[in-house]
Amino acid sequence: MKYMLIMRSNDEAVEAYNEIPFEQVIEQMGRYNESLINAGVMAAGEGLTDASEGVVVDFSSQPPTVTDGPYGETKELFNGFWILQVSSREEAIEWASRCPLSPGSKLEVRRVTELSDFPQDNEWIQKEAEWIADAERAKADE
Amino acid sequence: MDDPVAASAEAVRRRVAAVWRIESARIVATLARYVGDVGLAEDLAQEAVVDALRQWPRDGVPASPGAWLTAVAKRKAIDGWRRRERLDERYAAMAHDLDTRTDPNAPPWDPDTIDDDVLRLVFISCHPVLARDAQVALTLRVVGGLSTEEIARAFLVPTATVQQRIVRAKKTLSAAHVPFEVPAREELPDRLASVFGVLYLIFNEGYAASAGDEWMRPELSLEALRLARSLSRLVPREPEVHGLVALFEFQASRFGARTTEDGEPVLLPDQDRTRWDRTLIARGTAALARQDALGRGRGYYGLQAGIAECHATAARAADTDWERIVLLYEALGRLAPSPVIDLNRAVAVSMSEGPATALRIVDELVASGRLSGYHLLPSVRGELLDRLGRAAEAREELQMAARLTRNERERAVLLRKADALT
Repeated sequence: MKYMLIMRSNDEAVEAYNEIPFEQVIEQMGRYNESLINAGVMAAGEGLTDASEGVVVDFSSQPPTVTDGPYGETKELFNGFWILQVSSREEAIEWASRCPLSPGSKLEVRRVTELSDFPQDNEWIQKEAEWIADAERAKADE
Repeated sequence: MDDPVAASAEAVRRRVAAVWRIESARIVATLARYVGDVGLAEDLAQEAVVDALRQWPRDGVPASPGAWLTAVAKRKAIDGWRRRERLDERYAAMAHDLDTRTDPNAPPWDPDTIDDDVLRLVFISCHPVLARDAQVALTLRVVGGLSTEEIARAFLVPTATVQQRIVRAKKTLSAAHVPFEVPAREELPDRLASVFGVLYLIFNEGYAASAGDEWMRPELSLEALRLARSLSRLVPREPEVHGLVALFEFQASRFGARTTEDGEPVLLPDQDRTRWDRTLIARGTAALARQDALGRGRGYYGLQAGIAECHATAARAADTDWERIVLLYEALGRLAPSPVIDLNRAVAVSMSEGPATALRIVDELVASGRLSGYHLLPSVRGELLDRLGRAAEAREELQMAARLTRNERERAVLLRKADALT
């Protein structure tokens, strides 16, 4: 099963983080990532650039409003993520708790949905049926 | 789980299992280096886990659980030696070393030797003095950190059988005085081939189960993928390790599309490609690039990965580069001649040149008798005959294939196909 570790920080944590020498940050995170890769559990992971480069599309009105970052009222900033392929929820939590983050930062651990999460009458299944029918027709035309 | 004590014991049990999963290979490898015996190392580590299950609910989980387990297991080793009054100077020195370093949270391992230790563990688990069954069980157990029950479930054999295999494997290694070391350079290719073979077997057992009710057991394949990724970090200069990883990544990318909700197989041309895992496909491509960058060509697994890549990168089944696949099968057939590869090549030929050419290859295989009893031979022959409009013969072939397969899911699909031909 796959889990996403979502890195969240507040403004103060980001500020405090900026005080730590960049080399040190890179080294600690590098070691952590290396341990994930060596264990074969890291499926993907990316950091995100500063929130001031970000944009928010807000669906509370129609058409949605688009706001440039930084976002005045936002209490939490989404800074990056990992996708881990692990055998249990506990394993994902265990890996998350080894991440070298400092106070003010949080890691949210969320399972990535799988096929078995969808009910049989879901549109995915219907879409597949249509797709198979298309493929069969295409084969018959050959 | 209304009882809070029981609930917390259960939480600790799951936590211990997660720690074991992450740390077991390093713990057992470290211990094996100390005691010089993988079997003993594994027993000691298991005893330490039992201690953890007893102590952690009471005292809390230590800051460095892996180090805790290793330290406790080492003490047990020393206690055992003391009890048996076989304390020679070496053991005494070790005991002194441990007694003076009482902080169980201090990392007991030297980071520079750890990866080598794990690599030694991989080579021992796949050592040629062991039968293939034993290699598989031991690898999943001591390198993968799976429990005996998990291994038994995955291979549909009784737990006692797996237990016996592991106990015998450990005894065999001891009796043969197998040293805890990475093989010499000249031996390395052969020994690595054996390791690759074990991982390949584990992956395939999960990918298309040879028997039973379930068509695939993805968690077993994913374990093989995890171990292969890990191995590729240990021997990054070996080209084929990247080919093996690439093959597994591409194959695993299709897991979400290979069965219906009910567990019915969905064959390649019918799969919903939007459900293929793009992350794993990208990883497969990257692993192949790593192999190619080493400049020593692709081997058995790299060529298969190349074929899997052709499928993975085709947006629709109709876009598949079948000519490239035929060439890759030809290369594979020269590298490792096998009737199964010839059969697969025939399928690719049927897509690039048509069923008539492919049928000639299949008929040669039938005549050679080399695949008699293999259900996929009549299955492919049936498909080809169907495409050539020879329905009655096709039905007979599909029925024969259904009789030959040991997998219930596959049998149902074959019989349904046969019945649809009138």
